[in-house]
Amino acid sequence: MKVEQISIFIENKSGRLAEVSSILGDAGVNIRALSLADTSDFGILRLIVNDREKAIAALKGRGFTVSKTEVVAVEVPDQPGGLASILHVLDAAAINVEYMYAFVERCGANAVIIFRFDETEKAITTLQAKGFNILDGQRLYGM
Amino acid sequence: MLFRLDVHFSTYPVYQDQEALLATYFNEEFETLPRIALEALQLKRLQATVETVYRNVPFYRSSLDKAGITPASVCTLADLQRLPFTTKQDMRDSYPYALFAAPMEEIVRIHASSGTTGKPTVVGYTRKDIENWADLMARTLVTAGAHKGDIIHNAYGYGLFTGGLGVHNGAERLGASVIPISGGNTARQLMIMQDFGSTILTCTPSYSLFMAEEALAAGVDFRKLKLRVGIFGAEPWSEAMRLEIEEKLNLTALDIYGLSEIMGPGVAQECFEGKSGLHIWEDHFIPEIIDPVTGEVLPAGEKGELVITTITKQGIPLIRYRTRDITSLNYEPCVCGRTHARISRLSGRSDDMLIIRGVNVFPSQIESILVGIEGVEPHYLLIVDRQENLDTLEVQVEVDERIFSDEIKVLQRLARLIEKEIKDMLGVSCSVKLVEPKAIQRSEGKAKRVIDKRQL
Repeated sequence: MKVEQISIFIENKSGRLAEVSSILGDAGVNIRALSLADTSDFGILRLIVNDREKAIAALKGRGFTVSKTEVVAVEVPDQPGGLASILHVLDAAAINVEYMYAFVERCGANAVIIFRFDETEKAITTLQAKGFNILDGQRLYGM
Repeated sequence: MLFRLDVHFSTYPVYQDQEALLATYFNEEFETLPRIALEALQLKRLQATVETVYRNVPFYRSSLDKAGITPASVCTLADLQRLPFTTKQDMRDSYPYALFAAPMEEIVRIHASSGTTGKPTVVGYTRKDIENWADLMARTLVTAGAHKGDIIHNAYGYGLFTGGLGVHNGAERLGASVIPISGGNTARQLMIMQDFGSTILTCTPSYSLFMAEEALAAGVDFRKLKLRVGIFGAEPWSEAMRLEIEEKLNLTALDIYGLSEIMGPGVAQECFEGKSGLHIWEDHFIPEIIDPVTGEVLPAGEKGELVITTITKQGIPLIRYRTRDITSLNYEPCVCGRTHARISRLSGRSDDMLIIRGVNVFPSQIESILVGIEGVEPHYLLIVDRQENLDTLEVQVEVDERIFSDEIKVLQRLARLIEKEIKDMLGVSCSVKLVEPKAIQRSEGKAKRVIDKRQL
């Protein structure tokens, strides 16, 4: 029920994002979703890709610091109030969101929200109990 | 006992009040001693010092024995060159008290300066040492044009650092009014300078320029203040900076030299009259200039590492202490009439020590702090700069997998932790910048750990 995300440390200077994407492109890795968190000095690029191991090997080979993190992908109807409905459930269960990002599925009916929780297992159980559809990794990587 | 020959030693002139206001010297006899008499005094005091350390300090007994030197074999000043050096490392190895030549019952004060491994370099003073220091610092102040009636605004730090208390005792010995304000809280410094009518400012040169900036912002006009002279030291500075300080603070800016290992502030001082080189008080210290690589003594006028032998200290006398400061010696007569040699403005260091806002920092100290933090790689780079006249220190640290997190706040917390550790251990504020692995240039042999961008 969990999804593996890769995170890459990048300095906040021009050309770094371009370099990361070229490395992944050259390695034949496809990016499914991404988010970038940044400060004035550095940033963390978080990616869901089709081939994690290949992506990690390529980036490490070029000297980047890379880590894997388990995140949760939740499907919500692509309509007003979709995100709010999830967040209310989490709030009621006192589960904290460390960060999140979202994309819309290709068919357009649903949005997928990627969450990093402080309590991953509890979050999955709570959301499933409320009827939310949690996507598994294989489905996401192959989307 | 050993110092009984120095009967003039503790005598300082008792001026009538009116005369004191006009005094050019604090101790005219010693400050203007003809060189031949000065050198005879140096030899006598050197012999006594070598005898004391040979008798009381195991480190010196073994190093002199190893060099095949007995105290009796020191017959001329030229024999000094045969004596072994004392280094900062020797002081570290003797931590805390092993180099003391006087018993603890006679030590009345202990100071320390920062060392490379978190352990400071410790110095102890006997009552006589404290008196001599006050005398020499009073002499230093007079050399800079101070006299009774001056209000000395002492913004050097008070504490383990010798700066604050050293200047303080000298000012009191002179009979000037000293304001023990110490460093920091610039707004209050400016208010007190204005309200108390400070006439002499003592602090680091960079802090004086910082004060000037703050004054501008606070609407304080230095031309309306009573400041006449600034005595600036504890960090390297330049002639260009002197001009800038004199212009902005509307005073005469003079250079002072001192180091805790030798005594503290007041080892050498630029005279008000000559303003060209710092008189090093040769009745208490014998200076030499050596080639820092070969250890050979260089002729007068040549630039090299300053080596100082203390010849009146009791607590911790040092034989041929390598200061690592680069300068030259000038024995030409000076317009002020003092016969003591002058060292030129310091032009650098022969080791990797950095002086940041007056605090000694060794890159290895930062390294040991970084290594002490779980997961942090010892790959770091120090970037020293000067912004708005204050030294800044940026510490670049490489982020590897052991410390990397997908959460921003975890990395920021780590950066703040490193900043706090450095501040707590070294007393210097810095900003930590996290960089990609291998961002810091690797070099063969000695790694480049420091980029000093300060334009002096």
